Amino acid sequence: MTPSTKRPTYYEELRQKGYSRRDFMKFCTTIAAYLGLEASGVAQVSKALMSQPRVPVIWLHFQECTCCSESFIRSSHPIVADIVLDKISLDYTETLMAASGHQAEAAMEKTMKDYYGEYVLCVEGSVPVYDDGVYCCIGGKSAEQILEETAAGAKAIIGWGSCACNGCVQAAAPNPTGATPIHKLIKGKPIIKVPGCPPIGEVMAGVLVHLITFGRIPELDRIGRPKAFYSKRVHDSCYRRPYYDAGLFVQNFDDENAKKGYCLYKVGCRGPMTYNACGVTKWNDGVSFPIQSGHGCIGCSEENFWDNGPFYRRIANFPGFGIESNADKVGAVAAGVTVAGIAAHAIGTNLRKKKLIDTLITEGKESEKELS
Amino acid sequence: MTKHNLRRVFVWQLPVRVYHWLNALCIVVLCVTGYIIARPPGIQSGAEASFSYWFGINRFIHFVASYIFIFNFIFRIYWGFVGNKYADWKNFIPTNRKFFKEMWEVLKIDIMLKRNTEHLSIGHNAMAGFIYFLTFIAFAVQAITGFGLYASMSDWWLPNLFAWVPGLVGGDFVLREIHHATMWFFIIFAIIHVYLVFYHDYVEGRGETSSIIGGWKFIEEEVFQKEMEKEKAEMEEV
Repeated sequence: MTPSTKRPTYYEELRQKGYSRRDFMKFCTTIAAYLGLEASGVAQVSKALMSQPRVPVIWLHFQECTCCSESFIRSSHPIVADIVLDKISLDYTETLMAASGHQAEAAMEKTMKDYYGEYVLCVEGSVPVYDDGVYCCIGGKSAEQILEETAAGAKAIIGWGSCACNGCVQAAAPNPTGATPIHKLIKGKPIIKVPGCPPIGEVMAGVLVHLITFGRIPELDRIGRPKAFYSKRVHDSCYRRPYYDAGLFVQNFDDENAKKGYCLYKVGCRGPMTYNACGVTKWNDGVSFPIQSGHGCIGCSEENFWDNGPFYRRIANFPGFGIESNADKVGAVAAGVTVAGIAAHAIGTNLRKKKLIDTLITEGKESEKELS
Repeated sequence: MTKHNLRRVFVWQLPVRVYHWLNALCIVVLCVTGYIIARPPGIQSGAEASFSYWFGINRFIHFVASYIFIFNFIFRIYWGFVGNKYADWKNFIPTNRKFFKEMWEVLKIDIMLKRNTEHLSIGHNAMAGFIYFLTFIAFAVQAITGFGLYASMSDWWLPNLFAWVPGLVGGDFVLREIHHATMWFFIIFAIIHVYLVFYHDYVEGRGETSSIIGGWKFIEEEVFQKEMEKEKAEMEEV
């Protein structure tokens, strides 16, 4: 192995860390499968990881709970965590870096300077914009300032989790801090949205490996999510889907149907409206996912999911009609009012248009008589 | 006592009538199956899921009906350009002051029940035409939101043309709500529509109800003569 006059490749670093080539190839195969690549894609992944030096990463934390980082370091394959946290050269991340205070800020500035235009900026959390951004300040700077500065030299930006992608809970009405997703603040840079609360660890690793392997951002859908992971509804990959088609639904969480594992559609499952890989990739090394554990999907990777009505009801409150209103209640009342109005109108017609109606009736009766 | 000397006028051509009844059937089917999709009944069954598929069939009927509904609607738009003058698109969109004036008249006579014997349009009156125009917008809303929801389940290019719709409104959840709430417009429209047909039949006695079956209405001979004169005058103007 050549001494480190140049930056070592991922593979070199992994070997130093004690992974065998077999482990490495297993990882390449796993991640290629997650990415949805064909068999030959494995070679592309391994070649990239063997030939390319580490991509510097700056991982920012703003308004968030760090569940994205937690999810990431628990992704199923150990190399996933190692490759990114130790080996992708995570130059700055509040949660996991060793440095603190001025040293940490200096490390970030060094990365921004040394790798200008090369580093990948990962953002976890939303950015508060109200009151000059006082609601989230790090090292004397507001989140918005930090984001602007770091985004300027980034090759690509990844928005981890729903906070960065759509604001998540802190952007829920009334959004007191003005929590704003990053795509509304940064223009002119490729932004990959990886929503979820948190996103699946394997999905996060897959996105990073795709960036490294192909040197470009993965194919995105219309709202900027990688198609490989966000093109299918949870509903369409749900193992309880046959119960849906058979019309067998859980009515309550404590009923017989819930025990039988029927579809959770009627207790508010957001699977039919949510695009994510939960049904396929699952969580914690494929152990389970919410629906498998008996709880409906809450649609955490969808925009505005906190404001989309109660989690345990299918139909949202109808805007402007109070808390217990929904489209059906409002509609039924409107239909009732209509019927009442019609009844009043029918009575009114017979009173006000009596003369006209009488004329018609008389005319008809006269004709009837003349005929007989 | 004035005698009504009635004259038969062919108003609704066969394609218009077929459109109307197919549309009515589709709307009923779509509302019923759609409501079931939104709020399926609770069925306690001991049967294995693999032996039953009623919810899937319900959805299938909804999708088939929606395709018929949409193509029927597209056909009606086409017919608005090639059909007779009662089917013409100008009956639906307020394009001149006369249209608004007539709408106001209808509001006074039919809704506020002011006494008046003036004869209104032979085909759609202006208010009815405008309300139908609103229903066309509701048709479009349902078609666009419906295809938007359906796009992710389909491989066909037609629904996939609408794959941008969820992103526009902020996700499938909101889209589904819009699609569901708009259903109530159809229900309320249907109630009022049927009532007003009966109302017109009752106070005018010109065969309003049966016109959509046979295609003809009856108008007074004087009205017919007046219409003829009006048309002649219009022709001379041109």
